[in-house]
Amino acid sequence: MVLLVLAVLPAVLPSYQVSVVTQVLIFSVLAMSIDILAGFAGRTSLGHGAIFGVSSYVAIYWSSTLGGDIWIGIALGILAATALAGVFAALAIRTSGVYFLLLTLALGMIVWGVCLRWTAVTGGENGLRGVGRPAFIADHASFYYAVLIIVAPLTWLMWRLVHSPFGLTLRGIRDSESRMRSLGYNVPLHLFVAFVLSGFFAGVAGGLYVLFNNFVSPSTVQLSQSVSALLMAITGGVGTLLGSFVGAAAIIVLENAVSAYTARWPSVLGIAFVLIMIFAPEGVVGRARLLLARRRSRSPKPNHSGG
Amino acid sequence: MDRRRFLKTTGLTLAAGTGALAAPFVARAQAAPIRIGLMAPQTGVVAAGGREIIDGFSLFWESAGSQAGGRKVEIIVEDDASNPDTALQKARRLVEQAKVDMLFGNLLANTGLAVANYVKGNGTPYFIPVIAADDLTQRTRIKNVIRAGGYSASQFSRPLADWALKQGYRRVAMISQDYTFGHEQCGGFAQTFTEGGGTVVGQFWHPLNTSDFSPYLGQVAGVKADVVFAMQTGADATRLIQQYASFGLKDQIPLLGSQNATDQSVIRTMGAECEGIVTSAHFAEGADLPATQAFVKTYSDKFSKIPSLYAFSHYVGAMWVAKAINAINGKVEDRDVFLDTVLKTDLPDSPLGKPVRFDDYGNPVYDVVIRKTMKNKDGKFWNVPIGGYPQVSQFWKYDPATYMKQPPYSRDFQGIKKT
Repeated sequence: MVLLVLAVLPAVLPSYQVSVVTQVLIFSVLAMSIDILAGFAGRTSLGHGAIFGVSSYVAIYWSSTLGGDIWIGIALGILAATALAGVFAALAIRTSGVYFLLLTLALGMIVWGVCLRWTAVTGGENGLRGVGRPAFIADHASFYYAVLIIVAPLTWLMWRLVHSPFGLTLRGIRDSESRMRSLGYNVPLHLFVAFVLSGFFAGVAGGLYVLFNNFVSPSTVQLSQSVSALLMAITGGVGTLLGSFVGAAAIIVLENAVSAYTARWPSVLGIAFVLIMIFAPEGVVGRARLLLARRRSRSPKPNHSGG
Repeated sequence: MDRRRFLKTTGLTLAAGTGALAAPFVARAQAAPIRIGLMAPQTGVVAAGGREIIDGFSLFWESAGSQAGGRKVEIIVEDDASNPDTALQKARRLVEQAKVDMLFGNLLANTGLAVANYVKGNGTPYFIPVIAADDLTQRTRIKNVIRAGGYSASQFSRPLADWALKQGYRRVAMISQDYTFGHEQCGGFAQTFTEGGGTVVGQFWHPLNTSDFSPYLGQVAGVKADVVFAMQTGADATRLIQQYASFGLKDQIPLLGSQNATDQSVIRTMGAECEGIVTSAHFAEGADLPATQAFVKTYSDKFSKIPSLYAFSHYVGAMWVAKAINAINGKVEDRDVFLDTVLKTDLPDSPLGKPVRFDDYGNPVYDVVIRKTMKNKDGKFWNVPIGGYPQVSQFWKYDPATYMKQPPYSRDFQGIKKT
């Protein structure tokens, strides 16, 4: 149903809105990759912007500076992002709570620092410019479909992942690490694998972003990128996975709509977040689920007789 | 609504039999306003400069009655948030949704480079009065990106180096922000200075937003330089100038600077510590020229401050493009003709005070002024011309093709001549 709506969008929307929806899809993947850790393993990462950005940097460096093939570049980018996630994971999985948050933040800042200062490779402040999209996905609509075709199975994969026995173990770790350990689960290994997989998905998002933006600079790997992706996951509802779509859509559309009217749009966004945190701390999708569940439990009878 | 009204009027026109041959498209194009997308940072680290971009740009269009080439001009302002990703997003919106005829603005080099790369793909004319990255009008030139009212980074530091040699300085120490804009300005200075027989005795690169310059100034004092060249923007420039004075270097070694080091946006709030710094630029707000003083007065009266480079260059950039639009009677839809006309347009009567024109690469050729910060009659500091170099292009005295064979300036390549 949702897929159907998404499939006909380019036919009804002007090209700019199509590119906004494309952007929403790409950032949803990044937000979901964060949600795998935050919502299901209880580890909130502030380093995913860096993982995402490294994938973009590698892909553009390969295709633009070295003149290689863009698809190989993206594959290398995803590989690099996954490897980087491995390094992050090795350093961070033994911590939890605020220490995990701060450690991933610090690791992300290191990546940002490297991108900013290693001018010979990264172009420093000015960043790197890409070579553009291959001809067959150059226009907005076909690129949108390409992204949709990639994002749909990725989403299904992530959905399977968090609902698999592995995903259930992660939830167990989130709820009580010591109990899982005493039950004989290898907690660090589970967290390590979860982090690396999450990094892989963030890397794919980074690869798609290269095709979308055709440009990368330190602002792509900086802290605000991690924060905004985390906010997307939180707005949609941490631990709902698919809420990331709602969160990404809400934030990106709000950004676009509000900034057309006022230069104070960051303040408007800030107020919106505060309101969401007060009135729907479980996120938009989380809140909707709760309300739905409450309604069901309040009137169970008609449901049964109706059947 | 508009279209319906248009159809009605066109119908009447046709019925009346006048201009029956006017193609509807042309008629519509003439009637609709010219839409210009202005991107300026209204939030983020350079928001203050962004405000002045909007002020300078709007000031010109107000004085022109928001009209050019017989058409109304509509300006759509967007905030680039001092961030290249946001800038790209806004550029996409202006072009694809707001359907602007051309883009203007941006302040930080990385935002400009991102947008330039985007318009390369779709041909939208893009004017960059502040973005100075050398290669945009050199090695990686994009035809529809034109530096109306702007300059390339190394363009003004070369005449300043020549001037320094003529004053008898031979040993320069350079202190600069460690990013491309700094590398390029220093490169221009270092190359000209060493090719003319001078020596670069030290180059000190500091990160953006350095609060304490003492480690760098200590080294500067130690290398026995007879002149110092400083390249800083914004708050870094303010701090460097203050600390240069408070460490007592001001009275020992003369300070030269890039044009942005003593821009009004920096020295507006400063006192005697900024006096006597020599810089080079295409504009000096203290120049005794009627057109310049008229502009400075109008701007100061309206915004109660002396215009900075950001305001000035957007004012001139708008003036320049408006003149081209007038020349083609507002037909900006034909992009090739429009861009060619802009490149061929000379500006004889701007606040620059002398005719300026474009070179073959979309970068202006200016009479560069060597200027010194002095106190004006109101007790405020401003830049006053003390010398000049006529007709300086971004290639200085080099042949463009030969020049572009050398690598772009970077921290590792400063064009320093080996002795």
